[in-house]
Amino acid sequence: MTRARDDYPLDLAAVRRGYRLNRLCGSLADAANRRRFAEDEAAYCDAYGLTPAQKTAILTRDWIAMLDLGGSIFYTYKLAMVDKLSMQHLGGVFTGMTVEEFTAVMRSGGRKLG
Amino acid sequence: MAEVSWGLATSHVPSIGAAMDHGQTGQPHWKPLFDGYAPAREWMAAHPPDVAVVIYNDHANAIGLDLVPTFAIGTAESYPVADEGWGRRPVPDVDGAPELSEHLVTELVDAGFDIATCHRLDVDHGLTVPLSVYCPDPGDAWPCAVVPLLVNVIQYPQPTAARCYALGRALGRAIRSFPPALKVAVFGTGGMSHQLAGSRAGLINTPFDRMFLDAIEHDPQRLAALSREDYIRQAGTEGIELIMWLVMRGALSPGVKRIHETYHVPASNTAAGLALFEDLG
Repeated sequence: MTRARDDYPLDLAAVRRGYRLNRLCGSLADAANRRRFAEDEAAYCDAYGLTPAQKTAILTRDWIAMLDLGGSIFYTYKLAMVDKLSMQHLGGVFTGMTVEEFTAVMRSGGRKLG
Repeated sequence: MAEVSWGLATSHVPSIGAAMDHGQTGQPHWKPLFDGYAPAREWMAAHPPDVAVVIYNDHANAIGLDLVPTFAIGTAESYPVADEGWGRRPVPDVDGAPELSEHLVTELVDAGFDIATCHRLDVDHGLTVPLSVYCPDPGDAWPCAVVPLLVNVIQYPQPTAARCYALGRALGRAIRSFPPALKVAVFGTGGMSHQLAGSRAGLINTPFDRMFLDAIEHDPQRLAALSREDYIRQAGTEGIELIMWLVMRGALSPGVKRIHETYHVPASNTAAGLALFEDLG
């Protein structure tokens, strides 16, 4: 079996690495959990057993570090929605563009990459 | 006996649902996409199925990382609409077809496909947006019952395209062996090319998408022969959702008539496609 060549395939190693971070982000689908998170983000991270690096990534909204630490976009996006940030905003972060630049590139047909 | 009457392939982007829910379908950004849907919707409304088998993937809403079934079928009498973190869509809960679900699970397991079963399943945009593509104004209830068929396309390794096509072939045989005289539509959802995370975020591969839209009708074997690495490399990490279109195509007869297709970039960060096929039996 070969492996996919890409930046962040959610393979089983990434699932192990990011399990607690993803579980925290997934919990934010629940409105009561969103309130608890807003009241004390650091304590919420501790309750989910995040590593110090994962906790820092969440608290500082370091979206690239979250991916490096095993985060899945489908989970971290729920945190982005808490902050009312769009997928275009995240796309800009990942590619070094502003949200306006990234959105303009998408509207002109997307990024042509091999 | 039940029959497979038509197959719909469609993207299931959350923002397509949001555009409908917020009355934005006439805005300049969205109008071309929804105008592209119109002929398909008109034809489908004239050929309503009794049941839709919707092949889709959950997006971290009902299926977490604790248990990830490669293939699963919903067996419930109804499926609540999920709150994905921004409030549930203002659309009706989904009625199930538990007798058909039971028949499909039995037939597919007997055919060698190890299907997980879900008796409690909140359905997310992966299932509800395609239903809205079919029926934009359901009122208090969707116009047909639904059997959800879930495919893991999120966690590596995903099933191969060949396995998805073979599952579709077996699904078609299983539907046609169900005794009641039901009309069944099959929805293959997700895709087309897109990547959400990482340095390739925003990838759109229009030549690949155009090839896929053509081959899904004429040469599905060519698409079934592509590896998961081929899909991820050419269509992006989320573009691998296209393997779910092959389940739909496999369930149809070899002879199909293309009723309509449309292709639009972008819907959110995604190339959105639609292809509608009548099954010629």
